[in-house]
Amino acid sequence: MKPIEIVTQVLEVIAALAAAPLFLGWINQCRAWLQNRSAPSLWLPYRGIHKLFHKDAVIAEHASPLFRVAPYIVFGAMVVAAGIIPSMGTRLLFTNAADAIALVGLLATARVFLSLAAMDIGTAFGTLGARREMMVGFLAEPALLMVIFVASLISATTALPAITESLATQQLGLYPSLAFTAIAFTMVLLAENARIPIDNPATHLELTMIHEAMLLEYSARHLALMEWAAALKLFNYACIGFALFAPWGVSTGASGPGALLASIPLLAAKLALAGGALALIETVSAKLRVFRAPEFLAIAFLFAVLGLLVHLLLGA
Amino acid sequence: MVTIPFALQLLNLCAALLLLLSFAMLAQRRIVNLVKLLALQGAVLLAATLLLAWRTGQHHLYLSAALTLALKVVLLPWILHRLIRRLEVYWDTEPLLNISGTMLVGVLVVVFAFGLAQPISALASTATRSSIGIAVAVMLLSFVTMITRRKAMSQVVGFLSMENGLFFGAMSATYGMPMVVEFGVALDVLVAVLVLGIFFFQIREQFDSLDLHHLESLKESHSLEEDG
Repeated sequence: MKPIEIVTQVLEVIAALAAAPLFLGWINQCRAWLQNRSAPSLWLPYRGIHKLFHKDAVIAEHASPLFRVAPYIVFGAMVVAAGIIPSMGTRLLFTNAADAIALVGLLATARVFLSLAAMDIGTAFGTLGARREMMVGFLAEPALLMVIFVASLISATTALPAITESLATQQLGLYPSLAFTAIAFTMVLLAENARIPIDNPATHLELTMIHEAMLLEYSARHLALMEWAAALKLFNYACIGFALFAPWGVSTGASGPGALLASIPLLAAKLALAGGALALIETVSAKLRVFRAPEFLAIAFLFAVLGLLVHLLLGA
Repeated sequence: MVTIPFALQLLNLCAALLLLLSFAMLAQRRIVNLVKLLALQGAVLLAATLLLAWRTGQHHLYLSAALTLALKVVLLPWILHRLIRRLEVYWDTEPLLNISGTMLVGVLVVVFAFGLAQPISALASTATRSSIGIAVAVMLLSFVTMITRRKAMSQVVGFLSMENGLFFGAMSATYGMPMVVEFGVALDVLVAVLVLGIFFFQIREQFDSLDLHHLESLKESHSLEEDG
């Protein structure tokens, strides 16, 4: 256990915890600019979470302990996931404990608990949201796994830091397989984080909502944790995207603490760009009907499979 | 990873794009967009031919590139666009299989095509032999497009896209067919589209629709009397 590993690990988790609401605020700001609205403050998500932590929690009469525990489990899963993803350096303590497939499992665990908690109260909206979430999840997960398989085939390992390291240090070239999987990953990111073609993050008053429908019964600190976890999930997905498709500037192998420091502004720049791109996608696309979501995700899966086939056949 | 020359990487990219376009055609419901995709496929084919001609120094490939440009990028899409406007068919009816189902069938077809092309690739000695599988896949996917569509127009587009796949296959297996054959095929395709264009008008006159399932019933007196 080298000190640099501990430093990198701690730094990454703290950065994820601190920057996730900021990333969300940045996306909201970009969206507002693109839609000619006056933008909300960059710090609004922090203020929301801070406010919710100081309120008294109201819990439904028939809520089981599962309902109380779920926010902590979901939040915990997201924090652990942030520890697995190499956003700044590839020398992580968790490397041997969990690979990319375990990461997908971790995200699935969070989803299952979120859905169970939504069903726990027994309101119509919660159940409806949970069912939709599971539908989106079971279609998005194979696509995400397929994306990860392509990257692992190229770098011959399933450990995420090792994948990043091999992709970051290889020669520059054209990889159609990676381009296809990047498209697939973007579509999965949109679907999994309740962004616009599948779900609208800006409202909780729609009959077609998915994510917000599951949070309707939560209040105060539980709601704060859930919202923070959602921001962390988006942040994590963005970092998985960087680790697979834009691994440049991550401190690797033998590089010293200087590279780790240098990777921080680079990560910030990547996040700023990704946030802008996400806001642009959300602005130019319309929300799909719920029954069109399977088609959207089938296309994502298709892109990932195409990437796999192209890699296997052309070696590119 | 093994490093390959940049021109070959670009050729691989073209092959991948061809495959992608075939899938896009499979998913596309609007006939106008289908024709646009066909023109795009022709353009990618043109780029691949030019790249290959430049890299291998096979001069006759420049000629077939010119043929591709004239016929597949400009002339055929133009004729098809005109036909669409004259016939006013902008949408295909719902395909026989839903989109996701067709996509899954498409993926299976690609896997089958890759398996089929493996022995041919092993025998070929060209630098682009790995793309033979993609060419076979493009052909079979166009076949699927033809099978799952009902409108005569989309079937013709599928047929033309199949010819593109054939051309790409010949190019990657043996650096193109002999010039005589290429000219012959080009002429065939052109004539086929013209003849089919006339057919479209005839079919529409008979049935008031371009839906091909009208052709399946053979009792013409009955169908003519009742369907009007």
